[in-house]
Amino acid sequence: MLDAIGVDSLEALFEDVPRGLRLGRPLDVPPAASELEVMRELGAMAARNAHAESHAWFLGAGTYAHFVPSAIDALAGRAEFYTSYTPYQPEISQGTLQTIFEWQTMVCALTGLEVANASMYDGASATAEAALMAMRVTKRSKIVVAGLHPHYRDVLRTYLDGPGGTIEHASYGADGRTRDLAGHVDGDTACVVLQSPAFLGPIEDVRAAAEAARAQGALLVVSISEALSLGVLRAPGELGADVVCGEAQSFGIPMGFGGPHLGFLAAREKHLRQLPGRLCGETVDANGKRGFVLTLSTREQHIRRERATSNICTNQGLMLLRATIFLALLGREGLAALARQNLAKAAYLRERIARTPGLALPFAAPVFHELVVTLAPGDSAERALARALDDGIVGGLDLAPYAPELGPALLVCATELATRESIDRLVAALGRGAS
Amino acid sequence: MSDPNERTNQLPGAAGIAAVGNAATHVAFEEPLLFERSRPGRVGWSLPALDVPAVDPAFHLGGEAVRETCDGLPELSEVDVVRHFTRISTWNYSVDHGLYPLGSCTMKYNPKLNEAAARLPGFALSHPLQPAALAQGVLQLLFELERQLAEISGMDAVTLQPAAGSQGELAGVMMIRAYHESRGDKRMKVLVPDSAHGTNPASAAMNGYEVVSVPSGADGVLHPEAVAAAMSPEVACLMLTNPSTLGLFETHVAEIAKIVHAGGGLVYGDGANLNALLGVARPGDFGIDVMHFNLHKTFSTPHGGGGPGAGPVGVKGMLEPFLPAPLVRRRSTPDGDAYFLDDERPLSIGRLHGNLGNVGMLVRAFAYIRSLGPDGLRRCAELAVLNANYVLARLRDVYHVPYDRRVMHECVLSDAKLAPHHVSTMDVAKRLIDYGYHPPTIYFPLIVAGALMIEPTESESLEGLDQFVAAMRAIVREAAEDPALVRGAPHTTRLSRLDETRAARKPVLRWTPGRDT
Amino acid sequence: MAEYDIPNDRRYSHEDEWATFENDQITVGVTDFAQKQLGDVVFVELPAVGTAVEKGEPFGVIESVKAVSDLYAPVSGQVVEVNADLADHPELVNEDCYGDGWMLTIAVEDGSDYEAMLDAAAYRRHVDDRK
Repeated sequence: MLDAIGVDSLEALFEDVPRGLRLGRPLDVPPAASELEVMRELGAMAARNAHAESHAWFLGAGTYAHFVPSAIDALAGRAEFYTSYTPYQPEISQGTLQTIFEWQTMVCALTGLEVANASMYDGASATAEAALMAMRVTKRSKIVVAGLHPHYRDVLRTYLDGPGGTIEHASYGADGRTRDLAGHVDGDTACVVLQSPAFLGPIEDVRAAAEAARAQGALLVVSISEALSLGVLRAPGELGADVVCGEAQSFGIPMGFGGPHLGFLAAREKHLRQLPGRLCGETVDANGKRGFVLTLSTREQHIRRERATSNICTNQGLMLLRATIFLALLGREGLAALARQNLAKAAYLRERIARTPGLALPFAAPVFHELVVTLAPGDSAERALARALDDGIVGGLDLAPYAPELGPALLVCATELATRESIDRLVAALGRGAS
Repeated sequence: MSDPNERTNQLPGAAGIAAVGNAATHVAFEEPLLFERSRPGRVGWSLPALDVPAVDPAFHLGGEAVRETCDGLPELSEVDVVRHFTRISTWNYSVDHGLYPLGSCTMKYNPKLNEAAARLPGFALSHPLQPAALAQGVLQLLFELERQLAEISGMDAVTLQPAAGSQGELAGVMMIRAYHESRGDKRMKVLVPDSAHGTNPASAAMNGYEVVSVPSGADGVLHPEAVAAAMSPEVACLMLTNPSTLGLFETHVAEIAKIVHAGGGLVYGDGANLNALLGVARPGDFGIDVMHFNLHKTFSTPHGGGGPGAGPVGVKGMLEPFLPAPLVRRRSTPDGDAYFLDDERPLSIGRLHGNLGNVGMLVRAFAYIRSLGPDGLRRCAELAVLNANYVLARLRDVYHVPYDRRVMHECVLSDAKLAPHHVSTMDVAKRLIDYGYHPPTIYFPLIVAGALMIEPTESESLEGLDQFVAAMRAIVREAAEDPALVRGAPHTTRLSRLDETRAARKPVLRWTPGRDT
Repeated sequence: MAEYDIPNDRRYSHEDEWATFENDQITVGVTDFAQKQLGDVVFVELPAVGTAVEKGEPFGVIESVKAVSDLYAPVSGQVVEVNADLADHPELVNEDCYGDGWMLTIAVEDGSDYEAMLDAAAYRRHVDDRK
């Protein structure tokens, strides 16, 4: 090979790298390990983490423990799906492209809107991009947020900094739902970003929020951190939302210590050209046969460059595939049934808490599968979670860093994985703090 | 319909050249959309019976808020779903099939060990908000990966949070902006070479910067004079890819960095082409202040049909305070090292990702680096550069080479010599599909008309390269002898030359019932 | 050899637009050279009637499958009419760029901006310089 190139050493191929810039020593990383050694080392690291199969799991807060049907791993593990590239050459990527088209269709069905993109990185960045989109459409820069996951709010703040957007918070009222949203919306508001179900659990009044936004010419963005809730909640698009976005990790994607997950974004057709991210469209080939292609790429960075709607390049392709398979397996009835099971488990959890001395439910508003429980006077979230852990349970999220005004409190989530027995044990462990 | 295998053996123009990949020989089932397969009453799921009382959602939530069924989702059995996705998967080409010579994408082999590691329940089924005491293993992995990437790149600190290269780039430019603002220094411009990838100006614009294009020299690299002419107290940074998108090492990079630094600016390094430098040279040593990594390029994580990727960012000390929060930290305790998350970062640009990033991809990259060690990493760069130069040497007599010189891990050709036959880069790309390959990167970088950018990566064997070269040479002959054959390619795929104009003029972005197809 | 159609009955700008002048109004579109460079046009973004445009400043955007370009006002004035057909039929720009593919009409104070534009011969030289 060196002969064909016309050099006499590998070294000569690097002659363009000035000597003074060369490293000149081996990299200081651990020496090469065999497959067996790597698996042992990683296995030992993995064994030091609690996970949803080693403990009963009641921690949600934006990442949810759900059952993943086995067909998903089997199909997503096919090399044609996971080792393939972005479908820029449609003739040899119809598998990927047809899947994206199916995903876009189902996101539209679930959100009640007309166009959906081929995914964003996660719910937080999808929400931030939705807000930026609203700023472009309305040419305003104030964002009113309500019920938003604290991490989503942080990401939104980061994304708004460059374009100069500002955030105003509408806080929750006595029942846990947002109070006086309309009072925050004015002629400078680009959009309301309403998370429903809210971070603390309550299901919000989407129609009222849509009216408040529309009254001032602002858009309503509904952000959903638990996509499964769409299995039982009315499509926000039917209640007046202009943009619906959020996190679809619950659709067949493992929690994975936070990623990769799956952001989704849908909007009304009239905002199509302002939509960020990849889009897949139907077309025909030279022989008139139906096929799919990435389309409207002139919005994207590789063509529009500095005038792009976003700089996003990748989507979450393989996660989109998993979610599409999930929705195909569950389908029309199954998604509704699964969502209702979650509703039922949380209703049981709520009822057990209500009957346990020392524990209280501060918010009366209905929830999907997540709710706030305040602890007995003198108890602490840390101690309560430690008691639960002693019984093999990861009991929920300590709310002290996020909602200190509630006093010692936990955000507890019961999905279809929770059993009656594990719920009983959790509530008993939490209640043992009452003296 | 003829047997697809027989069709391959009689592949026009392919006599004597074995088709490598499956793109020419895949199973050609027709397969409708999920919604077209749907039949009322079919189910593909099973749930245990409720062990708690059922609730009536309408009663529980109020009638208006409730959805009765999920109209618009299909009804399918598990067999339907498995057959559907299995069949359509066979319409995809993939790295496990064969070569993707995509310049600036580094489509190297995705080791299966990485998949096994990522699937370990302690990684796959853990929760980002579980207490640190219950997550020591994954926190340790993240901590060590940060160190390793810092060492590989010559940077002082690394964040693993950005979910993709473009998000990493956004973070990098944000940190540069935060740095200048913290010094009360108002700078409004960013310099970007004319050969840059589109994410570079997009990231700059998202930060409110005006993009100023800097021309490359006739030799394809940036020259200090051009940078000096564009440099001013208004310039926040220069964004640079090294090796450049032409596959050339930016030989003047150290001097260029000095010019930018002397003017009070910083240098951003787009790390897409890091594969050429592993173990050989480090961006931090030649003047880069901040750079992103593409783990799905250099570090072998699979592309997944368009994602997920991961885009960690490395910085020099002056930018460390601005890193996205939280950071992964380590402290010593009597019981050994303990890892924790540090959110006390007053100067941080904030969060970019809802959690700590695409941890599943970080686990894969960690396993990859462990498998290779220092010698293996350097070997990647050596073989990647060898392979690209070999392909160039074997094709330069038949394709126009705009910059005819030694290259690094990728080479750029153009269709100039095929113009007399009215055969374009697009035609060459489509005809390569008939030979069983994914086409190279086409029409990029923009500074070369009709560019074909080829990056074989180190994964390709010598015989694999020879077969690819033979296919590329055959297409040149076909362009002269039978140009219509090339212009009408691909001929062996289920679909050919999809109408992208129609897709853009009349966008149809979802299935609706009752459409004729 | 005229590979690009450049009619003599109008004037041209350096940004590949054409203009005709009648009754204190200037009608603007893009040239044959422009539409060939762009390829299949998929979308044209035009300003609202009543918008003030300034010579040399962008007034809209034209998109093809593979490229996007700003449209620059060759004269200063106020937009009085916009070609509504382009919304549903952007292909008119490719098919008949000097006729049905027209883009907008601008009311001007006088013909001075128009007179300053290139004539057909000068524009042809400008095209030849870039081929």
